[in-house]
Amino acid sequence: MVRSRHPWRWVAAIAVLVVVAQFINGLVTNPGWDWPAFAQYFTAPAVLSALWLTIQLTVYGTVLGFALGIALAAARLSKNPVLQTVSWTYVWAFRSIPLIVQLLFWFNIAYLYQSLSIGIPFGPTFFTFDVNSAISGMAAAVIGLGLHQAAYSAEIIRAGILSVDQGQLEAAAALGIPKRRQFFKIVLPQAMRGILPNAANEVISLFKGTSIVSTMAIAELFYQVQVIYGRNGRVVPLLMVATVWYIVLTTLLSIVQYYVERHYAKGAVRTMPLTPWQKLQRRLSTINAARQEATYGGLR
Amino acid sequence: MSTASAITTGRKSFEQRVPEPGAPQQQADEQYAVEVRGVQKSFGALHVLRGVDLTVRRGEVTAILGPSGSGKSTLLRTLNHLEKVDAGLILVEGDPVGYRLKGTRLHELRERDILRQRAKVGFVFQNFNLFPHLTVLENVTEAPVSAQKRNRKDVETEALELLDRVGVTDKVHAYPRQLSGGQQQRVAIARALALRPAVILFDEPTSALDPELVGEVLEAIQQLAKDGRTLIIVTHEVGFAREVADTVVFMDAGLIVEQGPPSAVLDNPQHERTKAFLSKVL
Repeated sequence: MVRSRHPWRWVAAIAVLVVVAQFINGLVTNPGWDWPAFAQYFTAPAVLSALWLTIQLTVYGTVLGFALGIALAAARLSKNPVLQTVSWTYVWAFRSIPLIVQLLFWFNIAYLYQSLSIGIPFGPTFFTFDVNSAISGMAAAVIGLGLHQAAYSAEIIRAGILSVDQGQLEAAAALGIPKRRQFFKIVLPQAMRGILPNAANEVISLFKGTSIVSTMAIAELFYQVQVIYGRNGRVVPLLMVATVWYIVLTTLLSIVQYYVERHYAKGAVRTMPLTPWQKLQRRLSTINAARQEATYGGLR
Repeated sequence: MSTASAITTGRKSFEQRVPEPGAPQQQADEQYAVEVRGVQKSFGALHVLRGVDLTVRRGEVTAILGPSGSGKSTLLRTLNHLEKVDAGLILVEGDPVGYRLKGTRLHELRERDILRQRAKVGFVFQNFNLFPHLTVLENVTEAPVSAQKRNRKDVETEALELLDRVGVTDKVHAYPRQLSGGQQQRVAIARALALRPAVILFDEPTSALDPELVGEVLEAIQQLAKDGRTLIIVTHEVGFAREVADTVVFMDAGLIVEQGPPSAVLDNPQHERTKAFLSKVL
């Protein structure tokens, strides 16, 4: 039996490998990358505190965005026409406004409202805040990111809920399970399978999207590296500092996503595929077994 | 002659004037688990139920036969208010389904009370509709715990007994998709039983099953019949209906055409439409 040959596969593979080798060679030998400066700034306190601020912006934006997103999705799917319309209008409005424009609006809200009051609508007021002191740059950023995120998460959550089989709701109703429990125990866990990949996309893009906040002089990661290279002129190594941190955290988020998705896949597939870690363990144990077999086999 | 009387009941339902839901005329009879009076239902222009009357005694097994589109599944779904009726009245254990009698008028129940009421009626679906993300045991215990607020430990013990009775003992911690269709439907039966319902409704319980799995599900249903439970079964299995049912109801075009014991309706049908249907399926 003569197996068919694929000479062009070899040609393509070699060509690609040559390009990759050239790129790696450049990373190592080109002095412009300035790796010592990279190492110096990668864990500098100023960079780490900026990174922490970026993480905070991401977490607050995600929590606000998805909490509001669930409410908007529920409103859109409700039978109340007023809630449906409000939800649709919100999504329409916030998807129409570029994030940066919206952020600048929040940052400059004091032009519109000098003070905020809590009280009965059209009635007496109880508390009054000065807007400039109540809404800091950070608060404006969180509000802007969260409200923007909510419009997108609402649609993702709605899509997930719509994907759940109607028979599931019917069975839950026929069993007399209370409404709220039907949603949280029966519908949402099944909707999660559809929601998660898109939601993870959103969290990751929000995480990187926080760099847009740098235009408002908030000392998050990207703003901070710009400040530093503005001082010392080492543009490339400092951009690499930001880049590598963005990559590291996105990688962590992707790993979290993998395991959360696995959790919600319970019951959806007959047998769970192995995790990469389990696969590695299994491979190591078969190698060990083979080696022991070889050793003891040799002794015999 | 039982056959003749069965036919008259069928005819009467056809000619009888439909009572408005606002005015129930008589008190419910205590020996009936289910009473259906003049029920009508339309989906848009489609008149699916055109005045159905039916009574089911406690402990009786009723099989509903009929060509597809005759309204038998819709009738079943109105019995636990999965479909609202347009006119007529349904009583389960003497209580109007989906409504409450206040003085002489019926008031529509709130969603919460409808959900509570549904626990009295077990429902087994054609496609099982088990919750795929919950284990077999969780599927059975969910509603008794969350809807009936019963003690979880007690419910679990009872659920294991019920699963044992339908013959699913070794897979209580598996997920539904890891089970065969027949096993899934038997779990669905256990899930319905766990609510301790007064009546259990089956909507073509074997239609989604591979032929070799039909028997085990029918056996489980037959066991329930022997236990003296009140069952209403929409089915295409004429042989099964003959064997297990006390009353066979034949529906066509939104009406009950004929009803009576299987020996009458199945072996000696009086109505042309019944004869035509039986000649096709037997």
